[in-house]
Amino acid sequence: MNERPLSHVPGPVLALLTAGLALQLFWHASLGPPKAAAETLSPPPPAMMVRLASLGETVAAAKLLMLQLQAFDYQSGSRVSYQKLDYARVQAWLALILELDPGGQYPLLAASRLYAEVLDEAKQRSMLDFIYVQYLLDPNRRWPWLAHAAFLAKHRLKDIALARKYAAALQQHTTAKDVPAWATTMEIFILEDLNELEAARVMIGGLLASGRITDRGELHFLNGRLEEIEQRMEKGQGGKSTR
Amino acid sequence: MRSHAIRIIARYTIVEALRNRLLWLVAATLAASLVVAGFLQSVTMTESGAIQSAILAAMLRLAAVFIIVSFVVTSMVREANDKGLELILALPLPRASYFFGKLAGFVSVAVVLALLFGLPLALFAPWLQVGVWTASLACELIVMTALSLFCVLSLNQVTSALAAAAGFYVLCRSIGTIQIIAAAPLDPVSGWSTEVIRLGVDGAALLLPHLDRITRTEWLLYAAPDTATMVIALLDTFFYGTLLCGAALFDLYRKNF
Repeated sequence: MNERPLSHVPGPVLALLTAGLALQLFWHASLGPPKAAAETLSPPPPAMMVRLASLGETVAAAKLLMLQLQAFDYQSGSRVSYQKLDYARVQAWLALILELDPGGQYPLLAASRLYAEVLDEAKQRSMLDFIYVQYLLDPNRRWPWLAHAAFLAKHRLKDIALARKYAAALQQHTTAKDVPAWATTMEIFILEDLNELEAARVMIGGLLASGRITDRGELHFLNGRLEEIEQRMEKGQGGKSTR
Repeated sequence: MRSHAIRIIARYTIVEALRNRLLWLVAATLAASLVVAGFLQSVTMTESGAIQSAILAAMLRLAAVFIIVSFVVTSMVREANDKGLELILALPLPRASYFFGKLAGFVSVAVVLALLFGLPLALFAPWLQVGVWTASLACELIVMTALSLFCVLSLNQVTSALAAAAGFYVLCRSIGTIQIIAAAPLDPVSGWSTEVIRLGVDGAALLLPHLDRITRTEWLLYAAPDTATMVIALLDTFFYGTLLCGAALFDLYRKNF
């Protein structure tokens, strides 16, 4: 079967093809590119439905959904303000993505580094709480995001009590050996900031006695902190740490 | 073109659908969908109607697209293998009459399919919303019918035509999201490759119908769309249908049988 020359195609067919192409291009050009609007972020579907629709490829589905969620933050070169997003829905999407792909770090990275850094305090607190809840489900893998949450609580929200809650969780629940000591000892410095020197002293002593700290540099550093706290307690210093 | 010939070809295409036991396949799909609906009702704690509608709508839409695409492709290939196509083209009949006859027959089957697949959803969603969804499904099936006809006339093989139609469908349903993601990379200074990809995606978006805009499950769950949205869906179907007809006819007239 070979092709006949172009002259065998009737004029009306060529006209139909040209008109169809022109109409299609003109029509879509006039509609403009689709844009993600903050208010169009719909509630996520049930995880069961996504599992069904992805034919068992839940990890791939989770990665695609994360990209789609991200599309609500960025549109046509200009970033949609995160503050405009419905945070309850954003969290529902992030929770769904984590449920589909528990090993994925992207949702919590986005939660702690993007969504939790908005200027709206209520939304910040809500996202930090979400990170805390998700951390408790898999502490040894998700500790970096709670550590960042503790930093945000202390330095952005100036809520030392909240920062201590997160730091305490890091200290209590993170048991993996490859977690750096600064993450699990964060509570000590927050206690110092709260002027709870006795509690900080007990905690450092406990850490040193537990044998969890094996790095010589870290041991030296913690011993130095312990001595400093004890000196401050002897002097009866009541002010905040000068660290 | 001869309208009498078009009507006869269309009628025989519909007869073929009936003899192919397509209705039995539709009945089996509907029965399976009702079983799934019953299962969903037993496992959901709340919003069971919404969950049933959403999952059934997605399932039925995919099943309808699969049925119509495979019917068009296999029917056309069978006719070509049986030399039925050559017999018809040997008659004093323009090729356009043959094409439009087949298209009219397949489109009729697609519309009936959409109506039948819309029926079970009336058990879980308001009638008006089901009606709008069914109409939009008919539009989507018409686009896929015209595309399958174009693919099978150009490629002549079942496997390649089905693969092309499936790829096209996936791309058309996701092109809107792909376009949004490609429009704004996280790194704005990522260079010319990003710009080339963005232009490529924008070009594809201009040429392809946005099927995700034509049939949407949220119309079943929340509210029927406004008139403008429906008009956009209808115009999308009409314009893309025109383009596909022109392309398929161009290919058919250039073929030497």
